[in-house]
Amino acid sequence: MDVILFLVFAIIAVVCAINVVVQTHPISSAISLIGVMGSLAVLYLLLGAEFIAAAQVIVYAGAVMVLFIFVIMLLNAGEETRHGRSIMVQLLGVPLLIGLLGLLAYFVQRLFPRSDSVHFGGFTGGTALAIGRALFTTYLLQFEVTSILILIAIVGAIVLARKELD
Amino acid sequence: MDSFIVISLIKVFVVFAVLMTTLAYLQWVERKVIAHIQVRPGPYRVGPHGLLQPLADVIKLITKEDLVPPYVNKTFYLGAPFIAITMALLSIAVIPFGPTITVAGHETWMQLTDLNIGVLFVLAVSSMGVYGIALAGWASNNKYALLGALRSSAQMISYELPMSLAIAAPLLISNTLSLRELVGAQSGSILNWNILHGPFPQIFSFLIFLIAAFAETNRVPFDLPEAENELVAGFHTEYSSMKFASFFMAEYANMITVCSMATLLFLGGWVAPWPARYGSSLVPVVIFAIAGIVALYHGMNPARRMDKYTLPAFGIIFLIVAAVFLLPIVQSWLLPLFWFCAKTGGLLFVFIWIRGTLPRFRYDQLMGFTWKFLFPVAMLNLLVTGLLVAWFS
Repeated sequence: MDVILFLVFAIIAVVCAINVVVQTHPISSAISLIGVMGSLAVLYLLLGAEFIAAAQVIVYAGAVMVLFIFVIMLLNAGEETRHGRSIMVQLLGVPLLIGLLGLLAYFVQRLFPRSDSVHFGGFTGGTALAIGRALFTTYLLQFEVTSILILIAIVGAIVLARKELD
Repeated sequence: MDSFIVISLIKVFVVFAVLMTTLAYLQWVERKVIAHIQVRPGPYRVGPHGLLQPLADVIKLITKEDLVPPYVNKTFYLGAPFIAITMALLSIAVIPFGPTITVAGHETWMQLTDLNIGVLFVLAVSSMGVYGIALAGWASNNKYALLGALRSSAQMISYELPMSLAIAAPLLISNTLSLRELVGAQSGSILNWNILHGPFPQIFSFLIFLIAAFAETNRVPFDLPEAENELVAGFHTEYSSMKFASFFMAEYANMITVCSMATLLFLGGWVAPWPARYGSSLVPVVIFAIAGIVALYHGMNPARRMDKYTLPAFGIIFLIVAAVFLLPIVQSWLLPLFWFCAKTGGLLFVFIWIRGTLPRFRYDQLMGFTWKFLFPVAMLNLLVTGLLVAWFS
């Protein structure tokens, strides 16, 4: 059952991800990206990480992508036109992509030679309680450093916006 | 396993049917209440006191011409109402209406499913609801619709912040994310409800939550996405027939969801205000009996011709309901259901009441209010709650 669900949502994620690049209209690309986020959330859920799944939907699909769409709508970005693809891209694109994926598969196989398949319910450390405990004990320093980083980004954004106004 | 699926299917069917009926009749209640606020009778022609008006509206909306303007982006134009209504109806799945009931030997909760991230699930689904409105406005290819959608997305993103912070504070006190356990933590009496429960009564976060809920559901005084004197009809200007109806239904479904959430988070869910041994189980009996007697009395002295038949009929129905509440067999599940519906209904009435009394905000006031006042206050409230919870535990 969980293998079927995994395959379904993994395929949806990959198809949506390809669609992000293929679509010429920014809004269609953004909607496909939401599809990727949503199926990733389902994959997290299948792994037992329910808090991460909810956070994925709230933060990425719910907040970040709404801002993307908001900006696209505000700028009224039109359809992109396709012009002059170089001959190198047309010739080498597909072989290079296959080579890269092959290398990736090879290294994953070498690094984790006998990876047991994960099954639903096998991991129970994904509750809000476990995440909160880990964030405020084991990973306290990393957590605080990240929050400082975000604070710096917010201050930076305000400084940049101020400069524009003056 | 099989019985689980059958029970779940039955529950889904019952909840869906009840929700749809409530949606239709909520609109009737709203029109009636606003009419009485404005000293006019409201819907009156279809059925006694306009009671069949929702049915007439549904028939009207279904049979109207379903127009798709030629200049719209077809995919997103047709998809947007589906997204809106799906996201609006989805959150009801995790909302518990009462404790366990036993039907034909099967014990089951009066809830479709209990997630231990229930609160986050509702937040996630409601944050996805923006797409329905945003895409509708954009795909309509109409400047009014686009402006409405832009306003709506900006407003919903902004008010989500104080709303989430206001939700976080009672969760600190109850120490769980599951809606079922949240109610369990508030059981007992009104003093255990999060709105009054120590160490820091959550009255401020309740008010913040309610204000943010008005904005999230695009209701007056925050209904700028559909401000009709500036934007015709806002994001749904180009929609007709059932596609318009799905936006309409989504708005009312969202209202029901936020009111149920407020009930569960702050008002103790299905818990009675005081224990049954002090007679809280008699409250619904008294209320329905008084309603029945008043209806009977007015039926005896009819002000209008039809009242001679309709009011006594309703009076007798109310008296029968009052008698049903006295039966010990049904009391175990009917009383929690009554309290849940009473609290949610009371909050829904506040929504309608405010629509009848308050004027609309200006757009800069709306944004200034959330970022400069509501957000800092919610932050402060969360900080104080966290400190006091840490201090006393």
